[in-house]
Amino acid sequence: MGEVDMSNAVEVTAPMASSDAARETKFHTRGVQVFYGEKQALFDVDLDIYENEVTALIGPSGCGKSTYLRTLNRMNDTIDICRVKGKIELDGTDVYSDKIDVVHLRARVGMVFQKPNPFPKSIYENIAYGPRIHGIATGKEDIDQIVEESLTKASLWNEVKDRLDEPGTGLSGGQQQRLCIARAIAVQPEVILMDEPCSALDPIATARIEELIDELRDNFTIVIVTHSMQQAARVSQRTAFFHLGDLVEVGETGKIFTTPQDQRTQDYITGRFG
Amino acid sequence: MTDAVMTDVQTPDQMRRDRAARASNAVRRSLKKRYAAEARFRAYGIGAVGLALACIVVLFSTIISSGLPAFTQSAITLNVELKQDVIDPEGTRDKSTLINANYRKLVFDTLLAEFPEVTGRRDKRALTAILSSGAAFQVQQLVTSDPSLIGQTLELSLPVAADFDLYNKGVINKGTAESDRRVSDQQMAWFDTLKERGIIESELNTTFFTNADSREPELAGILGAAMGSLFTMLVTLALSFPIGVCAAVYLEEFAPKNRLTQIIEVNINNLAAVPSIVFGLLGLAVFINFFGLPRSAPLVGGMVLALMTLPTIIIASRAALKAVPPSIREAALGLGASRMQVVTHHVLPLAMPGILTGTIIGMAQALGETAPLLMIGMVAFIVDIPGGITDPATVLPVQVYLWADSPERAFVARTSAAIMILLTFLILMNALAVLLRKKFERRW
Ligand SMILES: Nc1ncnc2c1ncn2[C@@H]1O[C@H](COP(=O)(O)OP(=O)(O)OP(=O)(O)O)[C@@H](O)[C@H]1O
Ligand SMILES: [Mg+2]
Repeated sequence: MGEVDMSNAVEVTAPMASSDAARETKFHTRGVQVFYGEKQALFDVDLDIYENEVTALIGPSGCGKSTYLRTLNRMNDTIDICRVKGKIELDGTDVYSDKIDVVHLRARVGMVFQKPNPFPKSIYENIAYGPRIHGIATGKEDIDQIVEESLTKASLWNEVKDRLDEPGTGLSGGQQQRLCIARAIAVQPEVILMDEPCSALDPIATARIEELIDELRDNFTIVIVTHSMQQAARVSQRTAFFHLGDLVEVGETGKIFTTPQDQRTQDYITGRFG
Repeated sequence: MTDAVMTDVQTPDQMRRDRAARASNAVRRSLKKRYAAEARFRAYGIGAVGLALACIVVLFSTIISSGLPAFTQSAITLNVELKQDVIDPEGTRDKSTLINANYRKLVFDTLLAEFPEVTGRRDKRALTAILSSGAAFQVQQLVTSDPSLIGQTLELSLPVAADFDLYNKGVINKGTAESDRRVSDQQMAWFDTLKERGIIESELNTTFFTNADSREPELAGILGAAMGSLFTMLVTLALSFPIGVCAAVYLEEFAPKNRLTQIIEVNINNLAAVPSIVFGLLGLAVFINFFGLPRSAPLVGGMVLALMTLPTIIIASRAALKAVPPSIREAALGLGASRMQVVTHHVLPLAMPGILTGTIIGMAQALGETAPLLMIGMVAFIVDIPGGITDPATVLPVQVYLWADSPERAFVARTSAAIMILLTFLILMNALAVLLRKKFERRW
């Protein structure tokens, strides 16, 4: 049963999820194709992302995980040669339609990047920036509160509460990444996209971020790209395996790692390629 | 099978060792060559830097040594009696009377009184030539500003004519034949006598810093040209900085990358290479002849120089914008900042030091530019200090050009002095650029 049709894969795996009926679909994507100029990077990806769950995207390098992730908040718009086709719905509304403003979309769907990229401003300003531009908070007290809350949620508050005025770029790599997560949380998004958030971090910092992701699941929907199988297994409820621009298989994380349906998935998770 | 192969029967192990030995030998041989190349390259580098430094030292020392005399000016101290019957015989203290009074006679008489033995008309004229025509003007200024001085005797320090100033400085001396110099033996003798009496002294040439141009070298100053340069630069800055930065931001952050923007880009680079005199011609044709803006004015000069500075600012600003890491833009976009907010909140502040450096370098170029200003009439002889951007004016480099072109011997030193002032401004501006870069340099 080496070649399973991927639409089958979705159907096969979906019922395996535990409390399927209770889950709300956050992102509903069908037939997503992405082109960089002439080159096609994604072929007909059908994937649902459920609310208050962590969905992990795994696959060998260059298979289109980041590309898929970036279609969800239209970050691909910033690449001139990039074209996106297919249906990508957030709560039933197509994100590429006129009904959704891209600025508003990105406020609802936050993003944490592979490399920590704090603004070269103070820690406080890093967090306060988002709420301020969106008008979520106006008074100094409101913003103070958001800063404290976000940093606490990102489990960074205790480390930085005495030096909020120092530049965010002066923190350690792991702290910077948590700062970026706090910054994403501060605008109170519905979904947080994370593109290999731990790839630049040591095991201890990684463990803290993984814990954090698990806590954040209560309030946010999270999509995480990772190269670490263990990480995907630890933090995610559902896992999607990409290969050469195809979504090969998606399902409950436990199932994907124990009984993969597709030969390619099996080869990848057992380390035969990738 | 050839001979070579036949004899080369080796075990694989031998072959490997052989190859390693050969490689190591080759590396050793090439090392020597590489080090020699490095040493040679370093020598060229040091030589080039040394040559450049030597040129700068020669340049600066010639300019400074020939310019320094211009900063002192010989003055003669005379007790001038401000006679009521010469200045204002009717005692009306009327303004026009005071202005038009014969102050020349007053100062000349005072000087003549020093040499009672000089009587002939000709001799008298030769003697009074020691005084600058600015002497009478200085007394006039004094009296008109404070008429109550009339009737008093004041000890005044009055400027000496440029030729005698040069004689005092030793530039003109008895070494040349009398007919070849502008100071006669007799005049030299008088001057020496005055010197012996201790009333000739060399003082700081404040006139040079407070006056505009003049036909008389001892009355010529740099302030007019400096103000002209200032107004011109203000116009240039006010036009080229906002336009240049906006153009750079648009091209770098907003414009789609297509044929049209490529053509624009190439043309901006071309514009930077256009000879400056062409901009002068353009300014003459468009700003003066078509729009009828005033000739010789800093307004037009500044507009022309702005055209010239624009490409420099645009290119520098684009480079600075490009240098802002894309991760900062992504971070802001990912938070839901609009493109405009990304630019104004994050990219521009980070690019500002580079933009400012480029702007200052562009302004420094503009400050030293002469050719385009010649085309729009800023080469005129202007004795008034300009008070605004529409007043006729000249600028520092044009002043240098004018003085260098002047036949008067005394302008030689003043030319160098003007160059010194110009260079001082340029060095200050470049230092400011370095400082700004250092100060705002940020790591991310
Ligand atoms: N900006 C771009 N321009 C052109 N091609 C791109 C661009 N970004 C990605 N690609 C191509 O799209 C394909 C998918 O890239 P993507 O970055 O999504 O891979 P990935 O799965 O995230 O890989 P990795 O795990 O290495 O990050 C690759 O073949 C890549 O070469
Ligand atoms: Mg990637």
